Amino acid sequence: MTTSLKIVVLAKQVPDTRNVGKNAMKEDGTVNRAALPAIFNPEDLNALEQALRLKDRYPGTTVHLLTMGPGRAADVIREGLFRGADGGVLLTDRKFAGADTLATSYALAQALRKLQPHIVIAGRQAIDGDTAQVGPQVAEKLGWPQVTYAEEITSYDGKEMVIKRRLERGVETVSATLPLVVTVHASAPDCRPRHAKQLLKYKYAKTLTEIQEAGADYDADLKNADYLRIPEWGVADVGGEETQFGLSGSPTKVKKIENIVFQAKESKKLTAADGDIDGLIKELMANHTIG
Amino acid sequence: MNNILVYCEIENGRVADVSLELLTKGRGLAAQLGCKVEALAVGSKLSDVEKELMRYGAHIVHVADDERLDPFRTLPHAAIITGVIKTEQPQIVLFGATSVGRDLAPRVSSALKSGLTADCTSLEIGNHTDAKGNSYTNLLYQIRPAFGGNIIATIINPDHRPQMATVREGVMKKEPLPAPVQGDVKKVEVKKYLQDADFAVRIIERHIEDRKIDIKGASIVVAGGYGVGSKENFKQLFDLAAVLGAEVGASRAAVDAGFADNARQVGQTGVTVRPKLYIACGISGQIQHTAGMDQSAIVISINTDANAPINQLADYAIVGDMNEVIPKMMKSYRENSR
Repeated sequence: MTTSLKIVVLAKQVPDTRNVGKNAMKEDGTVNRAALPAIFNPEDLNALEQALRLKDRYPGTTVHLLTMGPGRAADVIREGLFRGADGGVLLTDRKFAGADTLATSYALAQALRKLQPHIVIAGRQAIDGDTAQVGPQVAEKLGWPQVTYAEEITSYDGKEMVIKRRLERGVETVSATLPLVVTVHASAPDCRPRHAKQLLKYKYAKTLTEIQEAGADYDADLKNADYLRIPEWGVADVGGEETQFGLSGSPTKVKKIENIVFQAKESKKLTAADGDIDGLIKELMANHTIG
Repeated sequence: MNNILVYCEIENGRVADVSLELLTKGRGLAAQLGCKVEALAVGSKLSDVEKELMRYGAHIVHVADDERLDPFRTLPHAAIITGVIKTEQPQIVLFGATSVGRDLAPRVSSALKSGLTADCTSLEIGNHTDAKGNSYTNLLYQIRPAFGGNIIATIINPDHRPQMATVREGVMKKEPLPAPVQGDVKKVEVKKYLQDADFAVRIIERHIEDRKIDIKGASIVVAGGYGVGSKENFKQLFDLAAVLGAEVGASRAAVDAGFADNARQVGQTGVTVRPKLYIACGISGQIQHTAGMDQSAIVISINTDANAPINQLADYAIVGDMNEVIPKMMKSYRENSR
C-alpha cells in the first residue's frame, strides 16, 4: 500500500494583531489596522510543518498551499515554497470579498474539490478572528471527517493515520482513515525556517497578475519554468453556486464595530521601592483584601 | 414555537459548568423573546440528567443516549445535533466554547448553512434595520472581541436560522432556579441519525486531567504574561500565590510561550475571572486578556513599562521588575501578618 500523500495546507495572511505597538495606535487610542504588518498566520505555520514532516517521511508526498485573499496574499505561498512546499494556489476574486467563515469554507472546499488532496492540514485558528471555524466547516463541506487541535501526526500506514490531539485539559490519540481534515494547535512544533535551496529556486515565483505587472520580458523568462507561476483561481475557476461566495454567502453580518479606547482610570503609581511595596501590602491587609 | 436550544456537554457523567451557565443565560433571553429553553444532552448512561438541566430552566430535555456517544467524537454528535435542530427548529442554539464546542459547532453550522459566532462575551436581544431598509426584530446580538481584541464586534444573523453562538466558560453566571421546571424529556432516536461513516475517527487513548486548577473560583489571582520571561520565572508567581492563598493565572502570550498550562489562561480565549484581587505581572493588558479580568475588584499591575495599557486599568500600577517586587511583597506580607 502506498504511503505517498497529496497534501494541501490551508494558510491565511493575517495582520499581526499580537503586538500592537504605539505606531499602530491612532491618536484617539484605537488601532490603525492598516499599520499592522501582514504575516503568515502562526498556527498555519505549525500546520505546514506537520505537512513537511509527512513529506520527509513518506517519499512521493507533495505539499501545496491554498490561500484566499487579495493579491498580496501570494506572499504566504512564496513563504511556504521557501520552507519546502511544492506549490500553491491563490484564491482571489472580488466575489470572495466580505466572506464570513461559512462563505470562506465554501470557496476553499470548492478549490479543494479541484485539487483533490488526500489530506487537508490547517492551523486551528487565525489570529485576526480566532474563530477556529474554517477547518471543521471545510471538512463538513467536503463530507470528510475532522481531527482538530492536532499536536503531532504520529504515523500513517497507507490507510490509517494516528494523530495526537491537545485538548483543554488533556490529550487524546485518535486514528482516522483518509481523506481527512486536520487542524493543528499552537503547541505543535514550530515550522522549519526557509531553506536556501528552496529560496533560490522560488525567489522569482509570481502570480499571473504579478507577472503581468512585471512585463512581457518576465513572462518570457518563465517560459521553461512553469513552477514559478503561482495559479490564481477565481469563482469561475472553482465553480459552484455564485450566491454561496463572499458577502452573499455569509449568514453572519457585522452590525457594529466598536474600537477599543484605552481609558485611563485613577490608579496609584508605585515603584519597586521597599516603602511603596510595604505600604501597599499594609493597605490591602487593612481592608481585608488579603490576609 | 422556535425556542432556544443549549447543547449540554457531559464530562465524566456530569453536565459541564459552561452548559449550566448557558441554560441560565438562555432563560433570560427566552424571557425577552417569550419562548422557552430546551436542552440537548448527548452521551451515554444519561439517566437522570434531566433533573439538573430542569433545575437550570430547561423546559424540554432532549436526551440522546447511546454507548457509542461517549467519549465525545465530532461526527456522531454533529449528526445528532443537526438532526434535532432540523426537527425542533430552534431560533437560537448555544454551545460552550470548549474543546468540544469549538470543534462541533462549526461543523453543525456548516451542515445547516447557518451563521455561527465564536467566543461571545455578551449575548443580547435587539432589532436591526439593514441598508435596504428591511427591518428585523428580536435578533440575537452576538458580541465578541475581534482583531486580537482591539475591536468589539456585534454580529447578527438576520436571514438564517438558527442563530448560533459559542460562549467561553465562566463568561455567563450559573444560577439554579429555586424550584426546577416541570419539563418534558424527549428521547432522541439515535439510530435514525447515525451512519457507519460517522465512526471514521477512533479514539485510541485519552488522558483528561481532572479539574485541579480552579482560577475561576479563586478570590485572589496572581497572573503572569509574556513579560515574566520564562517558565522558571513563573515559579515566583506560584510562590506568591502560595503565600496569599491565591491561584496562578496567565495571559495567552504566556501560555503560547509555554510558561504556563492552558488551563490557567485568563481572557477571551481562556477563563473569565472576577476575583477580589488580581495581580498582573508582566502583562501588557491587551483587550484579549483584560476581557477576562476587568471585573476584578482590585487590580495591581507590576510592569517595567510605565505606559503598558494594563496600568490604565490597574488600581495600583507598580512600575518595576517583578523579580524585585514579588519577593518584597512576600516579605512584607509575612512580616505584617505576624
